[in-house]
Amino acid sequence: MFTLKKSVASAIKYISLIVGSLVAIVPILVVFFASFKTKEEYATTSPITPPADFTNISNYVTAFIDGNMLIGFMNTFIILIISIVGATLTGSMIAFILSRFKFRGKKLLMGAFLLATLIPSVTTQVATFQIINALDLMNTRWAAIVLYLGTDIIAVYIFLQFLDTISQALDESAMLDGASYFTIYWRIILPLLMPAIVTVIIVKGVNIYNDFYTPFLYMPKTDLQVISTALFKFKGPYGSQWEVISAGIMIAIIPTLIIFMSLQKYIYNGLTNGSVK
Amino acid sequence: MFKLSNLSYANQRKLIILAFSFIPVILLVTFAYLPVVNMFKYSFTSWNGYSKNMEYVGLKNYINIFTKPEYFSVFKVSLYYFVATFFQMGLALYFATILSFKVRFKNFFKGVLFFPYMLNGVAIGFIFLFFFRPDGTFDTLLNALGLGKNITLWLGNPDVINISLASASVWRYMGFNFIIFLGAISSIDKDIYEAADIDGANKWHQFKHIIIPSIKRIVQLNLILAISGAISAFDIPYIMVDGANGSKTFVIQTIDMAFKYGKFGLASAMAVVLLFIVIIVTLLQRLVIKEDN
Repeated sequence: MFTLKKSVASAIKYISLIVGSLVAIVPILVVFFASFKTKEEYATTSPITPPADFTNISNYVTAFIDGNMLIGFMNTFIILIISIVGATLTGSMIAFILSRFKFRGKKLLMGAFLLATLIPSVTTQVATFQIINALDLMNTRWAAIVLYLGTDIIAVYIFLQFLDTISQALDESAMLDGASYFTIYWRIILPLLMPAIVTVIIVKGVNIYNDFYTPFLYMPKTDLQVISTALFKFKGPYGSQWEVISAGIMIAIIPTLIIFMSLQKYIYNGLTNGSVK
Repeated sequence: MFKLSNLSYANQRKLIILAFSFIPVILLVTFAYLPVVNMFKYSFTSWNGYSKNMEYVGLKNYINIFTKPEYFSVFKVSLYYFVATFFQMGLALYFATILSFKVRFKNFFKGVLFFPYMLNGVAIGFIFLFFFRPDGTFDTLLNALGLGKNITLWLGNPDVINISLASASVWRYMGFNFIIFLGAISSIDKDIYEAADIDGANKWHQFKHIIIPSIKRIVQLNLILAISGAISAFDIPYIMVDGANGSKTFVIQTIDMAFKYGKFGLASAMAVVLLFIVIIVTLLQRLVIKEDN
């Protein structure tokens, strides 16, 4: 009786996991199928039927070229690199002085960063728009870059948290050797912060790659489009050509899939570190 | 040549504090505080976003928001997202619990359940547009299961559109809650389970008396975040249907007001209201957690 009950529980467990996985996979899988179908095949087969020929990449070619996806990838890449390097540097710098020095205004500075987390950027967009306009950054990559840099306070928290675990004795022994504070930051602290930096890169990278709002609002120009906005444009001209849109969706997803597969462990750690503490 | 190490440590300190805080503070003030101040200012005007003069109209914008049903009704849409969050959290908690015990193919299931959270917002919008379209994936699946008579226009019928969109939102964000819960549950000391096993506690008892109390704080945190999440829902309804058929959320309404109709004053007032709701929710959350300690 006991073992029966146990195996029923085990069956429920696995069935629910399989159903959960199907719900997660099927919506993506059907898009994957559609991306290989020809126009006629798409019109005549059901969405859940696999394509006749998985080597038919003509939709991918159309999506990639007509959808200007290459420009999208380039812009996304440029914005990602500059924002991430910048956020890592500014975040670690401010965290360094906050964790290592006592000075007047420290509480105020800390409080200012804390309070800013209370303001969701989505609410202030209407006013931020005017500032970007006034700074003449509208329709430049810098609009997105400064916004990704300026609103990032999570990075500061992650660095502060991690700096607490690095012993101050290290700084002191470097000072005995005559190292300047800058040398201490650059040569000792920054390399030791590596795990925290990986976390920040992942959390920020995912946010930037997936963000639609910022580039849509601040960089409407075609040659400045990023992956999100390039994909969004498919809605107009390809409105009914779902086989081409599907290829576009897959092109946007594939980099995420590759990064997820190879960095799974770090991503899990990064997200739990970044949001719980 | 000037060298930093020639300065005394006291001077170096001053220099480095100034140098290292300069850029972050400028960015913080320009893109976090200045917009808030300006937003309050605009909210008392009838500014259109580009004209030189801003006419002061007092509380008129605020009165409009709270008295005209077309502005206020968007909060009803938030309710759908709010209710959906409970399903999202329930599923996340369930999967996190079973996957923190011994399960075959654990990493596979973990990866699959979490992966949607990593995806591009526009891609998700399109994936569900494809999923819910007439004769699309969902209709095909329902037909295959013999439930074909329930088919409706999932994104065209105002009665169900918000349910469809909120489900897409659950699909997108469930993995995030799941991974957070999983992290919290895995930090529980394994010995406690063993002790409970010896005492004859079954899995349900362990869940109720060990897991839930240990992660209570994170559950509360997520619940309260759900309110601000529900109010600031934007991506999915905007990308999928542009807020059509009664799916307009507060944020879509604000953006439309400002950038489509050039009513920056009114849009700012709406944003101020939104900001206040979010701040109240956040303060509430801090209070609840403090009390718990």
